[in-house]
Formats: sequence, structure tokens, C-alpha cells
Amino acid sequence: MTQTALLAARSQRAPGAKRPKGRSRLARVPRIIWVFLLLPLAAELALVFWPALNSFSLSMTTWNGVGPAVNVGFKNYQDLLTDPIYQTALINNVIWVVGFGGASVIIGLALAVALNRPRRGIGIYRSVIYLPMVLSLAVTGIFWRVLYQPDGTLNLRLEAIGLGFLKHQWLADPNTALYAVLIAAVWRQVGYIMVLYLAGLKGVDPALEEAASVDGATAWQRFWRIVMPQLSGVNSIVFAVTVIDSLRTFDIVWAMTRGGPYNSTQLLSTYMFQESFTVLNLGYGSAIAVTIFLLAIVFIITYLVRATREES
Amino acid sequence: MTVSNTIAAIAADVRPPAVRKRVSRRARSAAWFHGLMIPLSLLWITPLAFILFVAFRSFDDISANGLGAFPTSFSLDGFITVFTQGGVGQSLVNSVIVTVSTVLTSLLLASLAAFALSRYRIPFRRGILLLMLAGNLLPPQILLIPVSRICEALGIYDTLFALIVVQVAFGLGFYTFVLHGFMRAIPGEVFEAAVVDGAGDLRIYARIIMPLCRPALAALGALATTWVFNDLIWAMTVLRTETKFPITAALLNLQGGFVSQWNVVAAGAVIAAIPTAIVFFAFQKHFVSGLMVGSSK
Repeated sequence: MTQTALLAARSQRAPGAKRPKGRSRLARVPRIIWVFLLLPLAAELALVFWPALNSFSLSMTTWNGVGPAVNVGFKNYQDLLTDPIYQTALINNVIWVVGFGGASVIIGLALAVALNRPRRGIGIYRSVIYLPMVLSLAVTGIFWRVLYQPDGTLNLRLEAIGLGFLKHQWLADPNTALYAVLIAAVWRQVGYIMVLYLAGLKGVDPALEEAASVDGATAWQRFWRIVMPQLSGVNSIVFAVTVIDSLRTFDIVWAMTRGGPYNSTQLLSTYMFQESFTVLNLGYGSAIAVTIFLLAIVFIITYLVRATREES
Repeated sequence: MTVSNTIAAIAADVRPPAVRKRVSRRARSAAWFHGLMIPLSLLWITPLAFILFVAFRSFDDISANGLGAFPTSFSLDGFITVFTQGGVGQSLVNSVIVTVSTVLTSLLLASLAAFALSRYRIPFRRGILLLMLAGNLLPPQILLIPVSRICEALGIYDTLFALIVVQVAFGLGFYTFVLHGFMRAIPGEVFEAAVVDGAGDLRIYARIIMPLCRPALAALGALATTWVFNDLIWAMTVLRTETKFPITAALLNLQGGFVSQWNVVAAGAVIAAIPTAIVFFAFQKHFVSGLMVGSSK
């Protein structure tokens, strides 16, 4: 859900925006306006910020949900340091950021460049690439689970084109399961990244490219020297969005593998959920949640700083 | 230099030999373009096509010929089973209730907050706006345990109401931020004229600001509908009873309940995908513009 927030930032200073002149006369804020503001704000404070703070204090306890929570200081965090599953989850999350982010950005950007100029058929091509974006991650996960089955589409097609030796138990083999899930996630994400870059490419001045072309620059040079520098704004949005989304990724893994086999697809979010709601290790689960927060906060701040800059 | 080069480019265009060369190059590039894009597009929709095949095949066909085979049967058994035994009908109703209530409530509350923040001198309004947005950026994991506890304490755990309230609270910051941007862009004269005419605050909000925000509300509405409808993690956090599950959570159960009955599982997944697909195609423009809002920089 975060994705569009930064993008929205730009609209904050839409052309023609003027400070309302009537404002000086309204210096005193009417009571009803306070109600307008405080109602939503209170909802968010009570159900977002208050719970978030609670997670910090819960992470210092051992608690199974019944009876009182026992304060244990930083023990949960110390345990995390030596927890092999946590380390697997952490490494998998890094693989996820790089693999999921890298693949969807490269494919999404390439498609955006290819489908940028008006041409016959681009409407259909764009719609096809967008389509997976509307599926929920849970539905995407189930779709691909069906395709990855031992007698499923992927294996049968591989055999049909003479690559039968590549047939594989994609989701049952710990060596391939994470990448199998990752490919499904990329398939869904590419359309979204393409939308972002298509929007960015609209702001690229075609005259510059034309000029470079006349000067003898190849398409490759034009892209890297002329187009890419003008996309720096979109690039930073895409980067922040990708990292924040990667740290949140949960649904698709849960739908496809639930972190298995042998924790090979465990991400921080799935491990957190499993510890908290399956094993009922609420203190330990909270500690994992806090580490997810700490990893995300740098990017959240980057994002907010950008939003502030856009707004002023 | 840019200008002169552009002129040179235009000049080059009118010289006949260059034109001919250009046309042939364009034809070749079009061939390349479609030569790459057609296979890629086919590859992209292949997963969807095969899921539809599986959903419309009979169980016997699947077990005899393999899950990934081309269909040799046509059957609605999967869809019938999903509704009669899978409880998908109920979960679709739950999803619609939750989605409609969440989207409407979120947009109403967010528009109120955005109106207050964009049009009145509220102290620290910039800080409040960013704080609200920050709440939406938090990883949900850090909220899950306390949120489920709070719902229990309030006695609303395991109700659709809890799911609605929680999703409204979590989404508010983002919607407020976007609507604030649109409201600020409305020229001050509009506002001033209304004040001069003696319109009260409530009237200005309902009769002037909200109608002007219609495009923003449409874009946000389309986006929010798919987000809320597609949610899984909040449903798993505040609901326990299967009959209250929205379609996403019900689907995961279905997967466990109909192991290896892939036509049933696929049919359920197809049904879960249809409502958001309809929203997407009906509001494609709003949807894409919602995603694009302001990204051009």
C-alpha cells in the first residue's frame, strides 16, 4: 500500500496551487474542524502507533498470550543472534530484496522503454503486463503453486520443448523453492514497476534524445546518458518502494510454501507470523517484528524526507 | 546546440533518400518490436490461461492426463464444489462487506482530515500529515500482535467489524496524504468566494471541496478497493472463525481442504480474482492514474 504515497507527493504542489487568501480570516480554527482532524487521527493513534509502541515493550518479554508477560530484557534479541532459522530468514530477505527488486526493475524498465512511444499494439501489450497486478498475492501464489506441481504446466511444457531433464519439484526442493516463489512475485510486480517508469518517461524531453541521435549516439548510449539521468526521481521511488515491500512480503510465501520446506523460504515476516500465531511465542515474535521495523525505518525516513521536499 | 540539432533532424527528414532509409528502418524496428513483444505477452498470460484450463477441467481428466496438460474435458465441477462445499459464496459476501465499508469509511475520514489540514491553520499540520503517512509505511508485522490483543480487549476480535476498523486505521495516513495534495491544489479563490457567500465549514467541505476532489476520490477508491479486497494478513490477524473469512483467507483453507483436487483450488482462485479484475478493467484509467499520481519527475 505504501507504493503510491511518494508518487502522490508530487501532486501536493500541483500547478496553480495558491495559499488561500481567506486563511488570515480563519486563523482561529473552528471546533468542527478539530473534530474533522482528531477523529481520523485518534483512530490511527489508537490502532497504529499505540500497537507499534506496544510491540517494543512486548519484545522485552516472554509471553504465550495467557497469564502475565515475564520481563526478560534483551534476551529475545540475544536469542535471535544465534537462531539459525532467523539467520536463514534474514539471508532470504536479502536475496528477496536483490532478486525480486532487481528482476522486476530491469524487466519493468525495459518494458516501459519499449512501450513508451505510441505504436500499434502497445495498448494490448500494456494491458497484458498490467493484468497480474490486480491479482492478490494470495491468488498469485495459488496460481503458481498449481503451475509448479510435479505434473504441472511448467514441467510438462519443459518436457514438450525437449528440456525434460530440467523437470523438477520446484516447491518441494529447498534449493529452488525460494526462487520459485520469487519468480511468481516478480511476474506480478513487473506491471507496477512499468507503470512507474512509464510515468517517469513522460517527463523525459524527447528533443534531447533526438539531438543526441543526430549527433550519432547509439540507442544504448542515449538511454544511459540522456534518459536514465532524467529518471533519477523515479529510480529513488522505486528503490524505496522495493525495499519496504520486500520487508513486508508475506502473503505470497504463506500461500505457496508457508516458509517451508525446511524453512528454505522463510522470510522475516513469515517467521514472525509463525512464531507469534502458530507457536504463540509472542515476545519472540515481537522481537522479530521490531527488527523488521528497524531495517525498514531507514527507507521509511528516506521516503518521508522526499515526500516533505516534494511538498514544500 | 539542442535546437540546431533538432532543426537538422527535421531537415534530414524532408530529404527524400533519408525518408526512404527511415521508413525501412522503421519497418525493421517494428518487426523487431512485435517479434519480441508477442512471445513475451504470450508468456505473460500463459499462467492465467493454464489456471483457467485447470479450473474448467474435470477431476478425472486432471488425474488421467496430468495437471499441466491441455484440456480434454470441460466441466464446471470445480466451481460447483467451491460454492457448495467450499463456502466461497459466504466468503465473497464477507469480502464485499469488508471492502465496501472499509473503502467508504477510509475515504470519508481521510477527506475530513485532509480538509482540516489543507485549509486551516492547524499548528504542526505538516508534522501531523507526515506522521499520519509514516503510520501507513510501518511494516504491519510490528502491529499484528498488539492489534489482535486490542481487538480482544474491545470484544470485537473475530468480527468483520474488527477487520474493517483495523484496515481503516492502517490505510488512513496514505489516503489523507493524497487527498491533502489535491485539496491544496484547489485555488484559494474558490474557498474565499464560498466564505464570502456565508457558507459554513461543513457546507464548504460537502458542497465545494468534495465535488472538486472527485477524480482523486475515484482513483483512490479504485486502488483501495483492490488493496482491501486482496488483503490477507489483517484477516488472519483478527479473524478465527472460517465462516467470517474473506475470500483470500478462505482460499488458503480451500487449498488445505481439497488437497490435490486442483480443479477446485483453481476455480476458487479464479473466483477470488474476478472482482478485482472487474474493478481494474472498469476503472483502468483511474487505477493507472492513481498509481501514477505525481510520479513523473
